Amino acid sequence: MAKYLLLKHYRGAPEPVNNVPMDQWSQDEITAHIKYMNDFADKLKETGEFVDGQALEQTGTWVRYDGEGRPPVTDGPFAETKDLIAGWMVIDTDSYERALELAGELSAAPGKDGRPIHEWLEIRPFYGNAPTITE
Amino acid sequence: MDEALLRSLTPAVLGILVRRGADFAAAEDALQDALVEAVKAWPDDPPRDPKGWLVTAAWRKFLDATRSDTARRRREDVVNAEPERGPSPDTDDTLQLYFLCAHPSLTPSSAVALTLRAVGGLTTKQIAQAYLVPEATMAQRISRAKKTVGDVRFDQPGDVATLLRVLYLVFNEGYSGDVDLAAEAIRLTRRLATAIDHPEVSGLLALMLLHHARRASRTRDGALVPLAEQDRGQWDTRLIAEGVEILQAALARDRLGEFQAQAAIAALHADAFVAEETDWVQIVEWYDELLALTGSPVVRLNRAVAVGEADGPRAGLKALAELDESLPRYSAVAAYLHERDGDLRTAARLYVEAAGKASNLAERDYLTRQAARLNN
Repeated sequence: MAKYLLLKHYRGAPEPVNNVPMDQWSQDEITAHIKYMNDFADKLKETGEFVDGQALEQTGTWVRYDGEGRPPVTDGPFAETKDLIAGWMVIDTDSYERALELAGELSAAPGKDGRPIHEWLEIRPFYGNAPTITE
Repeated sequence: MDEALLRSLTPAVLGILVRRGADFAAAEDALQDALVEAVKAWPDDPPRDPKGWLVTAAWRKFLDATRSDTARRRREDVVNAEPERGPSPDTDDTLQLYFLCAHPSLTPSSAVALTLRAVGGLTTKQIAQAYLVPEATMAQRISRAKKTVGDVRFDQPGDVATLLRVLYLVFNEGYSGDVDLAAEAIRLTRRLATAIDHPEVSGLLALMLLHHARRASRTRDGALVPLAEQDRGQWDTRLIAEGVEILQAALARDRLGEFQAQAAIAALHADAFVAEETDWVQIVEWYDELLALTGSPVVRLNRAVAVGEADGPRAGLKALAELDESLPRYSAVAAYLHERDGDLRTAARLYVEAAGKASNLAERDYLTRQAARLNN
């Protein structure tokens, strides 16, 4: 019973095995890929392990405070930013091993030629509640 | 509207429905519907016999659901059969229900969810909020759990150890959300203790009461306060007295178990008016008992802390040196013992390391503050 964030990156992750950009796939390959992702989320809803899933646009801007009474400063987007997050899924599983298993399954989504992409996903545990009994 | 009364009736009513021939999953659904109706109807028209009212309403819901079901004929055979109405005290039904909801075939999270709903009478929404997952996710978890135990016979003897672990998990989840899970765990364990005579059930109840008694002092402005710095004037002496009494009765039966040993340690802490009066020598002895029972590395780690208090930080560090550094909280314990030993630089470094490995925010922030205190 712990929550994990599965992070998918546009950029910044190590190279996947089946590394062909989506714009070089056939229509059917794209359809199959999207269906795989949706089916995966549906399956987790059925097993009672799904918490949330969202996709992010490919643009982003940096923002910071610029002092009392001034509007926040914005900058970017920086084309050279190394890390660009594409989306996430939050899962709630009985164990870390189960979370790894699910991340592995998500990473097997089909790409070019219907073969698994072997995409690298980042898995991050959420902080849990402070347990009542520790001593 | 007495929600506590309503929820306390849940297991008994469910037990009656199952004994009348309803299968567990259908009975549980019917009872949830009846509970919703009760919440609406009772404020204006409180029933004279709340339990009878619930049984009637839930049975009607069950029949409605059965009739509208496609598998009508098969189910009607069950319904039309004369229900057995032999003497079946509520406590038996309640106990069977506990065992079913914490059946060893269920994963911990499923068992917890099913127990809170079927035994605790909480709604799916309340359970979902308590565990911070969408209601649909929790509904699926409960529905799958019911399917998993669908073929388990209601009158089989259950596994007490598994059941106690489930209740312990609920208690240890803490105080987030609308539902007070710690209080709920205590309520369910109290109820269980009236239904079964078992020293470990008493041990767990005592453990919960002794920890619950310190609840008000455990945080200040949202930050963790370690045991030694807690305002002991805030401890609930009534709960402590009750916990100690239950524990002593259990220990007198001479069937020691893990929860009794843990409760004994909690009782020794509760017994000290100021932290300096804590009987650490006895606490180490109890950790030895606990270690003999469980062999758990986490117990060894806690024991090292107790040894550090009883025989000095060097002895604690020596006990620590025998343990695996990858254990959760290993660095935190090492930091504490090094600080007590006067090596502040090492302690500060280890507090930072421990903060980086903490698995909850309250602990991370506490450990970061410890490092900052030593660095400034």
